[in-house]
Amino acid sequence: MRILALVKRVPAPGARINITADEQHVDDKHLGHAVSPHEECATEAAVQLVEKHGGDVTVLTLGPPEAEEQLRYAASTGVNKIVLVPTDGTPYDPQRTAAALADAIGQMEAADGEFDLIIFGNESADSGGFQVGVRVAYALGRPMVNAIKGLEIEGAPEGHIIARREIDAGVEVYELPLPACVGVKEGINLPRYPTMKGRLASKKAELNSIETDSDAGSQKMVRLVSPPETVNETVILGTGPEAAGAVVDLLEELGVM
Amino acid sequence: MSILVIIEHDRGDVAPAMFEALTVARELEGDVEAVVIGEGAETAATQLGAYGAETVHHVTSDELGDYSPEAWGQAAVEAIKELDPEVVMTAGTDRGNELMAQIGARMDLPFVANCVELNDDASEMIRSQWGGALHEETTLDAEIKLVSVAPHAVEATTEEAAGDIEELEVEIDAGLNRTVIKDRVVMNEGITLSTAPVVISGGRAVGSAEGFAPLEELAGELGGKVGCSRAVTNNGWRPHSDQVGQTGTRIAPTIYIASGISGATQHWVGAMGSKNILAINTDPEANMVTKAGWAVIADLHVMIPAITEEVRKRKA
Ligand SMILES: Cc1cc2nc3c(=O)[nH]c(=O)nc-3n(C[C@H](O)[C@H](O)[C@H](O)COP(=O)(O)OP(=O)(O)OC[C@H]3O[C@@H](n4cnc5c(N)ncnc54)[C@H](O)[C@@H]3O)c2cc1C
Repeated sequence: MRILALVKRVPAPGARINITADEQHVDDKHLGHAVSPHEECATEAAVQLVEKHGGDVTVLTLGPPEAEEQLRYAASTGVNKIVLVPTDGTPYDPQRTAAALADAIGQMEAADGEFDLIIFGNESADSGGFQVGVRVAYALGRPMVNAIKGLEIEGAPEGHIIARREIDAGVEVYELPLPACVGVKEGINLPRYPTMKGRLASKKAELNSIETDSDAGSQKMVRLVSPPETVNETVILGTGPEAAGAVVDLLEELGVM
Repeated sequence: MSILVIIEHDRGDVAPAMFEALTVARELEGDVEAVVIGEGAETAATQLGAYGAETVHHVTSDELGDYSPEAWGQAAVEAIKELDPEVVMTAGTDRGNELMAQIGARMDLPFVANCVELNDDASEMIRSQWGGALHEETTLDAEIKLVSVAPHAVEATTEEAAGDIEELEVEIDAGLNRTVIKDRVVMNEGITLSTAPVVISGGRAVGSAEGFAPLEELAGELGGKVGCSRAVTNNGWRPHSDQVGQTGTRIAPTIYIASGISGATQHWVGAMGSKNILAINTDPEANMVTKAGWAVIADLHVMIPAITEEVRKRKA
């Protein structure tokens, strides 16, 4: 099995998301960065499938040079190959992101053969466009389902995948012929932490880089704004167990007792 | 101008977020028409006149059945080519966004997901980023504008319109049913995290899986559900299905009791639909405390059992 997982580097804000003075970016000067949670699970899903069925895992990100940090982290969790598709420094809109990714995947497949499975995150944690995976899959002519929380392969490598999507009343089951694409959601697995051995290996992992050509799409971000905040005076009901009475008064008042 | 609303439904059950999208569509400058596709489309079609759809196009083909993102996506594309709308809209749900992404890919058109506000012709909008913690102002320049409406952006209202059903037969490639739903597993959980009237969550400060037992007890007394933060699921103390937040569940209880949770933006966007919030935290400056309507500044390990005891006393 050859499996590819696509990930995105995002800032990890806490209590507030601050915006830069030019209103174009999240101010991440004082923030750490992480892989978007759904995509962290995409990487883990790829590693688990290869542990079970054999093969190798490639993790690719489109982003700034600093995204090397997220790729090295992936390499420390059992990934065989890491690839950076550098952007020109500006944020890419979804159409452009998808075009660049499809180009990069095409180049990799021309050199090393087709990927049996390509795993995306359902949506990126920051811009949340909900479309890049679908666009890439369409460009590659492969089946794609999003919002997947369960994934198995049957009869690899010529076989198919069983993909499960949770809805309110249960689970929808899809069966896609390989080669295929899926978008996964957090909760499909619990991503592993790097081992010491993994960390050492990741430092030596070769960082591959692929140049792509792509044009901006016709959705243009004007600026980022903070949504109006609900400001309220917090009523402090107490500072210890004696506050239990006031809490239960409140529960009674709200009719939930 | 005509606005075509692609209806997300499951075998005839229209997604509640769809009625919100129809409400938004009516506010644009133009006629609202709807498109229904696939198994149960006839049933879905009859519900749309009440929300302002003048015409409902029932798209049929031998190849259309239960939901398949590729087959339904191509069917929607055929309808768009036939009907030539200026704006195509749907709800920002899993299926809605997936369908619109399929349409965008197949027609090579941009798609703006999860709009919270749009101008008259959908050339300018505000959309949600970071699960709603951040807004983006965007312009969209395209012959056909594809947009989805963020769930809960508006309250759905009715407005009676003709709702005339018109048949539209299209031809699509049978091969696209490679992504059709093959099987379903029905689960009947009773109340879920997203529908529970009371949610009691614990965060990192709970300290262990066993530490959730007192929260379970209180939830049991109140007929509620236990939730948690991502710090908890990352530690493997609770399953991901209990996680409240951007990458977890969005809750809307009568009261949300958040204990030992700092209130990071990604947690907050999942909690902000709660009607009342009570924070239990040792830190009076914690974001969860300053954003909550009520707070107790105390150790959750003492406070939760004390509340349970008081509840039992009053019930007795
Ligand atoms: C892209 C992205 C998506 C994310 N999605 C989610 C999501 O869906 N849901 C989510 O929850 N998080 C999410 N997170 C993580 C989020 O940023 C926070 O890291 C997480 O919510 C913190 O969990 P916490 O509040 O339990 O822990 P902490 O932030 O460590 O807070 C612990 C709190 O407990 C209080 N405390 C300590 N001791 C006690 C005590 N004895 N009694 C009472 N209070 C005490 C402290 O004062 C503190 O406020 C996401 C992060 C990213 C980057």
